[in-house]
Amino acid sequence: MTNEAIKEFITATLPSASFDETGEWLNIQIEPTQLLTLAKALREGETNMNYLFCLTCVDWKTHLTMVYHFSSTQHRNSIVVKANLDRNQPSIETLSFIWRTAEFHEREVFEMFGVQFENHPDLRKLILEDEFKGFPLRKDFEDPINMIKL
Amino acid sequence: MIQETEIIKDTTHLGDEGELVVNMGPQHPATHGVLHLVVTLNGETIKKIEPHLGYIHRSIEKMCESLTYRQFIYVTSRMDYLSSHINNLGCALLIEKGMQIEVPERAKYVRVILSELTRIASHELWLGAMAMDLGAFTPFFYAFREREMITDIMEDTCGARLTMNYIVPGGLMYDIHPDFQKKVKAFITQFKSKVTEYEDLVTNNVIFQSRTKGVGILSAEDAISYGCTGPVARASGVSCDIRKLFPYEVYDKVEFDEVIETAGDSFARYMVRVKEMNQSIRIIEQLIDNIPEGDFVGKTKNVLKLPKGEFYTRVETARGELGVYIVSEGGTTPHRIKFRSPGFSNLSALNHMAAGSKIGDLMATMGTLDLVIPDIDR
Repeated sequence: MTNEAIKEFITATLPSASFDETGEWLNIQIEPTQLLTLAKALREGETNMNYLFCLTCVDWKTHLTMVYHFSSTQHRNSIVVKANLDRNQPSIETLSFIWRTAEFHEREVFEMFGVQFENHPDLRKLILEDEFKGFPLRKDFEDPINMIKL
Repeated sequence: MIQETEIIKDTTHLGDEGELVVNMGPQHPATHGVLHLVVTLNGETIKKIEPHLGYIHRSIEKMCESLTYRQFIYVTSRMDYLSSHINNLGCALLIEKGMQIEVPERAKYVRVILSELTRIASHELWLGAMAMDLGAFTPFFYAFREREMITDIMEDTCGARLTMNYIVPGGLMYDIHPDFQKKVKAFITQFKSKVTEYEDLVTNNVIFQSRTKGVGILSAEDAISYGCTGPVARASGVSCDIRKLFPYEVYDKVEFDEVIETAGDSFARYMVRVKEMNQSIRIIEQLIDNIPEGDFVGKTKNVLKLPKGEFYTRVETARGELGVYIVSEGGTTPHRIKFRSPGFSNLSALNHMAAGSKIGDLMATMGTLDLVIPDIDR
């Protein structure tokens, strides 16, 4: 599938999505509330994005950005979906019911960035201990004992 | 209260009460590292497996945010320590792509040979350790005999036997050892004559076959949904070899087959890895005599600055697809770096694969996933 065809498909589902083609892959910027609609369409529609190969979050100090890398084992093309979240109360719908790999990746983002994933089946800390305070991968995280600033 | 002499008439609820939670790990001989599995059992049957991670979490992603683009590569050798060259290669490729650095042909050839040697060494170690998990002790020595030759080659050329740091942005750190080609050829001869021993000892072993066939089945759809890559997904019939799909370095110039099995059980995963070793030998054979003369490192600036933007590369490690995602703001250090490690996604499928089977089969399922814990924890 060409980028044009994917853009057409997404515009039909979400007219408000904006595109950016400067990078290696097609970037799609959406609102967090639209994620589930788009994800379901990408998975079930002709794009057949059945492989979520990277799920992460970026802290921009003013807001957080969720970054999803989707790919299709049928068409072999990849796209990037991004959604900006409020830094004080970050919350977004879970994708673990559509792609099972999202369950672990979302738990990692939850403990490292503090993003709440709504309807997640098991949103607990995965890597850090239960008593750990703070979100280590945020830019303003301070740990005077274990962190050495260069 | 039931008296001991009384006959228990209603046996339907016994199972629910007989649920048992067993902590497997963090220190357990079969986890090969500090992996903690909370296994819920009903008698001998596994009901649920919950992995608890983080015992060797070193926060590599956070660490890399304060390291320069030359420094952070060395940390990645400590992620999946059995594929350290390939981890380094993934990072070097990203920087070369972002800064448009030309890499000399000589470096490209050596990088691919080293990647394939690493893959063989990793699969050898897995073969020995996995057979030992299932109770066969001899294969361990057979596998380490060949692996030893590779570690010797690495010691000569890269200066280390494990956690090698040899691939740098632009090429290689220094030129290959004068004996490199001779020793690699000696290894190929040795490996080819000995690989049939694995077939006799392990593949055709009735006990091994009955312990792995039909155990821990993963379907192709589930493998994709769980994000499984590498031999785990290829054993389920998913074509996902990055070397074939998105060739990097000189993989498009060499002939090799992507090994795919369709059974999806532990035995299929075993077969994929054994056959992959032969394919790696095939790749090395095509390259070892044709390493071009010339520079081993391209021209790079002293201080590397990645342009503003986002970059993603993927390479095929011994465990699957390693993705390196860097968000750059144009400075000397990355703004955010994420390693999409193959082990992390492969582990997430463990509960799905093992639930419903017997606890004794967990060893076979987990062993063939080939988990390396530092790769999962990062």
